[in-house]
Amino acid sequence: MIDVKTLSIEKARELLHKGEVTSVDLVTACLEEAKKNEGETKAFLEIFEDAMEQAKEADKKIKAGERGALLGIPIATKDNILIEGKRATGASKILEGYVAPYDSTVVANLKKAGAIFIGRTNMDEFAMGSSTENSGFFTTSNPHDKGRVAGGSSGGSAAATAYGGALGGLGSDTGGSVRQPASFCGVVGLKPTYGSISRYGLMAMGSSLDIIGPIGKTVADTEIIFNAAKGTDKMDSTSFYPEMGPRLREDDTKNKKIGVIKGLMDTEGLDKSVKDNFDEIISKLQKEGYEIEEVEIPLIELSLAVYYIIMPAEVSSNTARFDGVKYGLLKPGKDLMEDYMNTRGEGFGAEVRRRIILGTYVLSSGYHDAYYGKANKVRSILRKNFDKAFEKVSAIITPTTPTPAFKIGEKSDPLSMYLADIFTVPTDLTKGPSISVPSGFAEVDGKQLPLGIQISSPHYREDILFEIGKVIEKIR
Amino acid sequence: MDIKKLAILARLKLTPKEEESFAKEFEAILAYVDQIKKVDISDDSEESTDLVNVMRDDDESNQTGAMTEKLLSLSPDRDGDYIKVKKIL
Repeated sequence: MIDVKTLSIEKARELLHKGEVTSVDLVTACLEEAKKNEGETKAFLEIFEDAMEQAKEADKKIKAGERGALLGIPIATKDNILIEGKRATGASKILEGYVAPYDSTVVANLKKAGAIFIGRTNMDEFAMGSSTENSGFFTTSNPHDKGRVAGGSSGGSAAATAYGGALGGLGSDTGGSVRQPASFCGVVGLKPTYGSISRYGLMAMGSSLDIIGPIGKTVADTEIIFNAAKGTDKMDSTSFYPEMGPRLREDDTKNKKIGVIKGLMDTEGLDKSVKDNFDEIISKLQKEGYEIEEVEIPLIELSLAVYYIIMPAEVSSNTARFDGVKYGLLKPGKDLMEDYMNTRGEGFGAEVRRRIILGTYVLSSGYHDAYYGKANKVRSILRKNFDKAFEKVSAIITPTTPTPAFKIGEKSDPLSMYLADIFTVPTDLTKGPSISVPSGFAEVDGKQLPLGIQISSPHYREDILFEIGKVIEKIR
Repeated sequence: MDIKKLAILARLKLTPKEEESFAKEFEAILAYVDQIKKVDISDDSEESTDLVNVMRDDDESNQTGAMTEKLLSLSPDRDGDYIKVKKIL
């Protein structure tokens, strides 16, 4: 039996092309892992009944000599990404019964590359959360410690990739929802440049923030998925991926300069294990010839505040479509107003309703300018400040999260949960790319909990993330 | 923050217990996001303009009826080619 717990997409491809394994073998192995792990981990909402059929089709193509970047590779998709003919609920009761009438562009692109889809994964409801505890159904636990969260909101995709239920996954990142669960589960999570992957067919949470992100065991695996997924899409007017030739660094002198943000290590709630691991990686990077330079990014300390104004505002607009009329759950009342109130009151979980109310408030008459208007101005300035920092360095490095995975139920207060996103939120605001790479472990209560390090780079410079990420994989 | 009023605007039914617990939580959350008030921004700071023009001419890209049945079949209350709702006015 193939060990899908350690098999990368890159290696699987090689074995498939050589004829040493078949796609059916891969899916069989993944389903075996799912059987072993799902009782405890619960990463999947549904494992597709036709996964084996898809694998058999892929094997026919491979035998006929066809090659595709992901041909025959089983991928898990987050439940907010549409696959035609498959259920999709955003892990919400309000989308009970909904079957996707079309493929999201990202799925269509991955299908073109030959990928097969093994199942849809659990998430925080409509991507609102940092642990999957807000799922309308159940919590996904961390494969490294079942008493701890897998992270969120893409916890299911991260956990499934980590234990081998799939060879890779798709998540979505709005405030850190690909990178943080990847870090907690010990896998790689890429948040690409906003717009580089189409949002058509991704259930919208924060339209100016959302971006689909690949999750994989290795940096190279996320690169493979990203390359298959990316591209300008006419179905998404916010999508744009510039066609470029081979990347060349314009300025050689800042090539190997990595920035550390001034004041970063004074972040409240930063765990000692995270700080020690960060310092260790920094010194190892220096030994590899990287120069570490302090950079100042004024206003970065306001990132979370800005995010928790802009995101709920956009959430309140995007969730208006869930009204019991066009699809999903309907809890009827005596009139149309009651239909809405009942359906949305009962179909949405507490965190979703919390954010809708907050968003309604910051957009309401009299408060709109002071909150949403001002937050967007600060967002703009923050972007400029990041761009200024990238004039001096080619990448910026931070821990991905202030702590390793926390216990299920530990962060019962919403604000304390929000603070977990402190390192990931800034690049959702600036729209620039960031990657989380496993960087070590923290020993907590006798268990080894994964730690992750985050690298950010200028817009459309995912190549820098892949390069430095691969170095970190070598030296960690 | 008038939670009752906002809930009506957002078409959300909240239980009295939720109204109470939300009120407490919002106090803390608003206190946190209120930090942006202390930032002094001159009014001529323009919003980030890395926008690309993606406008296109009208074309016949949508095939009439291609998605009709698929979409209507998802509706909780349907009548032929119509989605049924309760009286609006």
